[in-house]
Amino acid sequence: MLCECGQAEATVHEVLIKGDKQVARHLCEQCARKAGIDPKPSGSMTELIAKHAMGHSMGIGAQIVTAPKRAASCPSCKTTYDSFKQNGVLGCPECYTTFLEVLTPLLERAHEGATHHVGKIPRRALDSTKSHPGSRIDALLGSLEQRAERLATLRKQLDEAIRAEQYERAAKVRDEIRSLGEIVDEGAEPEPS
Amino acid sequence: MTTPAKDPTPDTFPTAELLGGAAELLRPDGPDHDVVVSSRVRLARNLAGFPFVAHASRTDRNQILDLCRHRLAAADGPGPFTWLRVHDLKAVDRSLLVERHLISKQHAKGAMAGGQGGPDEPRAAAISLPLERLSAMVNEEDHLRLQSLRAGLALADAYRDADALDDHIEAGLDFAFHPRLGYLTACPTNVGTGARFSVMLHLPGLRMTGDIEKVKRAADDMSLAIRGFYGEGSQNIGDFYQLSNQTTLGKSERVLLHDMESSIVPRVIEYERLGRRMLIERRRDILEDKVSRALGLLRSARLVASDEAMGLLSHVRLGIVLGLIPDVPLATVSGLMLLVQPAHLQRKIGREMPQAERRRARADLLRATLGREGLLRDDPAR
Repeated sequence: MLCECGQAEATVHEVLIKGDKQVARHLCEQCARKAGIDPKPSGSMTELIAKHAMGHSMGIGAQIVTAPKRAASCPSCKTTYDSFKQNGVLGCPECYTTFLEVLTPLLERAHEGATHHVGKIPRRALDSTKSHPGSRIDALLGSLEQRAERLATLRKQLDEAIRAEQYERAAKVRDEIRSLGEIVDEGAEPEPS
Repeated sequence: MTTPAKDPTPDTFPTAELLGGAAELLRPDGPDHDVVVSSRVRLARNLAGFPFVAHASRTDRNQILDLCRHRLAAADGPGPFTWLRVHDLKAVDRSLLVERHLISKQHAKGAMAGGQGGPDEPRAAAISLPLERLSAMVNEEDHLRLQSLRAGLALADAYRDADALDDHIEAGLDFAFHPRLGYLTACPTNVGTGARFSVMLHLPGLRMTGDIEKVKRAADDMSLAIRGFYGEGSQNIGDFYQLSNQTTLGKSERVLLHDMESSIVPRVIEYERLGRRMLIERRRDILEDKVSRALGLLRSARLVASDEAMGLLSHVRLGIVLGLIPDVPLATVSGLMLLVQPAHLQRKIGREMPQAERRRARADLLRATLGREGLLRDDPAR
């Protein structure tokens, strides 16, 4: 969609509620600044991601959402980012890969800043990696870099728990680190030849 | 007079088993049952290789039903499960499952994201009878929503069962899983563990002392959701509140479980008990009056709406756990809290009734159960 100026892609969408009428404006970033609209998204952190993704902000009367850079549509199910914004649900598992970049800030908001899963990994799938190490374990645990990041997340949680003197919680995090370590070690071991 | 409704299809709905009184939810001795009604763990899972439900074709969704049904029925798994094709059920039976918290309102309606869907969408519920500790919704927002339930505060037990069921299903079906994001779900708010740990709390003390708002604020600060009796988007009825985690990414199941069961919920329990003690010490007359009036109304009213019944039963529940009502067992009140709901009431009586008639039937049931009916049974006016 083009901006009102007709020269650039509209990336700022403002919806004003006047009485019971909705007035929508679609502007490029430059025009938005001129109109005195902050093109950064606004909204409460605790608001659910679905709402956020659908463009509800906490501001009274006005909603401002910047359009993220996006892949046109998911190659697997043809879902577009716009339709995700409208419905609050993605089309298929592949959508997470397609839209990962634009989803990441939304995930961070919905999950207290988290970007990496820690916790259960499908057990049979994991067991099957023992007979086929390599690519299969990557599919479950990610690259070495991603595994390191997951461990870093857990170490940070451990530090926080200890600093807050929540020792029971710290013990749970330590268990998690240990089990992840075991999985990674087992998976990384080459098959005995 | 209303005649029994004619069934268009043979009725295989397990009414007798559901209303048989054996459900875990009715167990009166769960840990911390004075405050915690029940503990629930829900796991959201999707099958790899299929679009999420709202984008899946009818053929896909029927195939998902078949795969899940087959897997749940496997002899080596937990169960057995009673399989209910929700789209084939009568409206009253779908409502009955909602009232028992076995399916969501959304699942009862067959509603899907973006305002699509309807009652005919292929979907199912699986229930382990007669305890109803384990259940599953198939083709709700996600392909599979597993639920494990325990009476009282017993999230760890509930999780153990849910985890085992999850392993059993995964032993035969591939789940959509991402190395960085974990279990993939239709809505990104559930991604990661896909786990929701929730407890149904009875907080009349905090409501009466006015401290419930503080709990709500504290919950918000801790990224927890406080919801009404029927979960998302529902009102609180009779001082029952559902507390659950919102964060599913970046915290492992064991940490989430610990945060809820060993840290957050015990504090709310302590706070509620403190409120109740304060009411007993400083405002005993008012408290006793409230409880006794509630029981009195339930024992004598002739027309009772379901929300009113829930409010009164909530006060009676409080009276029982505080020892102010010695002659009514807690299990009776827990049972009534289900039976006064519209669908339960109609199934209990055995026919569908318009609302006005339900109020009368509900009042009759309450009187009969709570003790005065004997005196009134031969009333010539009836």
